[in-house]
Amino acid sequence: MKSKSAAMAIMGICTLYFLVPIWWLVVGATKSRSDFGNTAPLWFADVSLGQNLGELFRYRDGVFLRWMLNSVLYTGGAALLGTILAAMCGYALAKYRFPGREAIFNVVLGGVLVPATALALPLFLIFSQLNATNTFWSVFLPSLVNPFGVYLARIYATASVPEELLEAARLDGSGEVRTFFTVSTKLMFPALVTIFLFHFVAVWNNFLLPLIMLGNERLFPVTLGLYTWNSQVNQLPELRMLVLTGALVSIVPLVVAFLLLQRFWRSGLGSGAVK
Amino acid sequence: MKKLLGILLTSSLALTACSSGGDDDTTATAGAASCAPSSGPVTLSFTSWIPNIEEVVKVWNAKNPNIQVKVQTGPNGNGGTYQNFFNQLKAGNAPDLGQVEYDALPSFRVQDGLTNLAGCKPVTDAKDQFIDWTWNQVSFGEKDAVYGVPQDSGPMALFYRKDLFEKNNIPVPATWEEYAAAAVKVKAAGGSITNFSQSDINQFAGLAWQAGGHWFSNDGSKWTVNFQDEATTKVANYWQDLVSKKLVSTVPPWTTEWDSAYNKGQAWTWVSAVWGANSISSGAPDTAGKWAVAPMPQWTTGGKVAGNWGGSSTAVFKGSKHPYEASQFAIWLNTSEEALTLLNEKANLYPATKTGGSLAALSKGVDFYGGQKIYDIFAQAATEVTPDFTWGPTMTSTYATASDGFKAAVSGSGTLADALKKAQTSTIDNLKSQSIPVAE
Repeated sequence: MKSKSAAMAIMGICTLYFLVPIWWLVVGATKSRSDFGNTAPLWFADVSLGQNLGELFRYRDGVFLRWMLNSVLYTGGAALLGTILAAMCGYALAKYRFPGREAIFNVVLGGVLVPATALALPLFLIFSQLNATNTFWSVFLPSLVNPFGVYLARIYATASVPEELLEAARLDGSGEVRTFFTVSTKLMFPALVTIFLFHFVAVWNNFLLPLIMLGNERLFPVTLGLYTWNSQVNQLPELRMLVLTGALVSIVPLVVAFLLLQRFWRSGLGSGAVK
Repeated sequence: MKKLLGILLTSSLALTACSSGGDDDTTATAGAASCAPSSGPVTLSFTSWIPNIEEVVKVWNAKNPNIQVKVQTGPNGNGGTYQNFFNQLKAGNAPDLGQVEYDALPSFRVQDGLTNLAGCKPVTDAKDQFIDWTWNQVSFGEKDAVYGVPQDSGPMALFYRKDLFEKNNIPVPATWEEYAAAAVKVKAAGGSITNFSQSDINQFAGLAWQAGGHWFSNDGSKWTVNFQDEATTKVANYWQDLVSKKLVSTVPPWTTEWDSAYNKGQAWTWVSAVWGANSISSGAPDTAGKWAVAPMPQWTTGGKVAGNWGGSSTAVFKGSKHPYEASQFAIWLNTSEEALTLLNEKANLYPATKTGGSLAALSKGVDFYGGQKIYDIFAQAATEVTPDFTWGPTMTSTYATASDGFKAAVSGSGTLADALKKAQTSTIDNLKSQSIPVAE
């Protein structure tokens, strides 16, 4: 009993530790600029969230909404396509025997170890050669790659797609591609959700790539846009409230994605762990 | 992991360095680049983090159909844009023009990233329009050298709470000695005379600049580093004394805590640059009408010397194919009344030109400062800044070491003078590690 309450206390402290900054953000974003500096930081003053939001959405012809849209395109698009690619790749590595299979898998596995940060500068130099920096594609294309997703997909495909089922599908005359999309992806679905979420968060958080690649404000993802504003706060102090409100709005898609998909995610993680 | 990252980075850099080395050499010329007008329409790219710069450039584009400028933006220089510039210079796709602060200009100069505009007629013709010391910031005192066009400046003065000074019968300090005496009285009245900036070294640099400190100098081949000259030491000891006696508060600058110290009347003065007017009015809105501005306190009675804090230039990067048109644009951006007015309105920039101080927007009384025409004080200060202060090529790391030391000094371990000594050693080491020659 005693150890249980101790554990609860530790959990409670951890929860508090993680939630207080978000609480601070929620409270901060509802305040007017003068209240922000002069009232208790963790409790509400006069609520002017509506006004802050209005200002945020109107500032510079609504560039913030554009950034949100960009972020959704970069992350949502890249995560969706990237998940399909990773699933196909992992599935092929799991289910087909061909020369060099292990070598390819090992290279992919090695790729997991290379942080996205280390690749940003080489990518910039490559895209410079192609005259393709400062374009949508310079951020989107590199974001499609997800070696960890390939790894997860292979493990999961090995475990959850029985050979007998594939044999049966082949006997019934289904082509390999059709089998993959109609049979295998259904069996792999929990893993695909996991891969999607991991990928989504990874692209969302990959800050350095857009920072290095992009100079056109209309192409910025929301993270870079807010960072840019925040770096101008000394010059234009009124930006501070926009940054705060923008930060609050920008975490909404992440929260939504997690709430909607967490059921699948949990089962995906669990089954991967046991097998 | 870090090591792996390093190896990856260096190897990829080495590869590209080999592949792109060839075409760099052809554009590199000694001294001033040739600067002839291009024939036909020209498109220039310009990277700047000035808020709303697009609106200023729009005005130029409407008037100059043959020289169209495309704006790119990003975070402020040290927030990533300088690193981007260096990457782009390496990749050979740097923008034609870029915003570079005075204290970062030397680092681009030593990496050979700038076009010398001394051969560009639009630039040499406009030289006399700029305040002398700002011109010095972009020419480093060298002959036949102009590495950027001065954009804005940050002449310093004393912001003070007029109401509190009057109520407590404290005279407005005209010298640093009076300032220290006032600090004691302010303390007795329950406030702090100011907040000493423990982590933003630029303010201290401005104070040392006023006192006549010379942190860097370059004789054309070697850099001299000296953060311990008589003037700088005097300033360091002066503030150390105030800090030790707890006459100044030491809240980290640019935080809400710091804003609130001003808003609640705990800090009574701020020796700051012209753009500080906006920091106070937005950070301490409850104190509207209670502030006033006086010239910076002096080291000698009756002196007329000011410091500078901040300011940037518009530079033309190496590899720009249209330096003539680029310099035409840069001069328009930084001297024409319409551009300067817009820059001031949209981004609070204070011009670096001799006539800039008399822009209509800068000649009005400001309500927040009790209707005082505060910009008159700054216009005067702008002409009184010591002309020959030079920045070094590794300011980012210098600031970092110095601010570590300042933070330690403020919390009671070591002194500001110690911090400067350490910063000097580490700066010299840093220069050497980059193979930049240092005079010992």
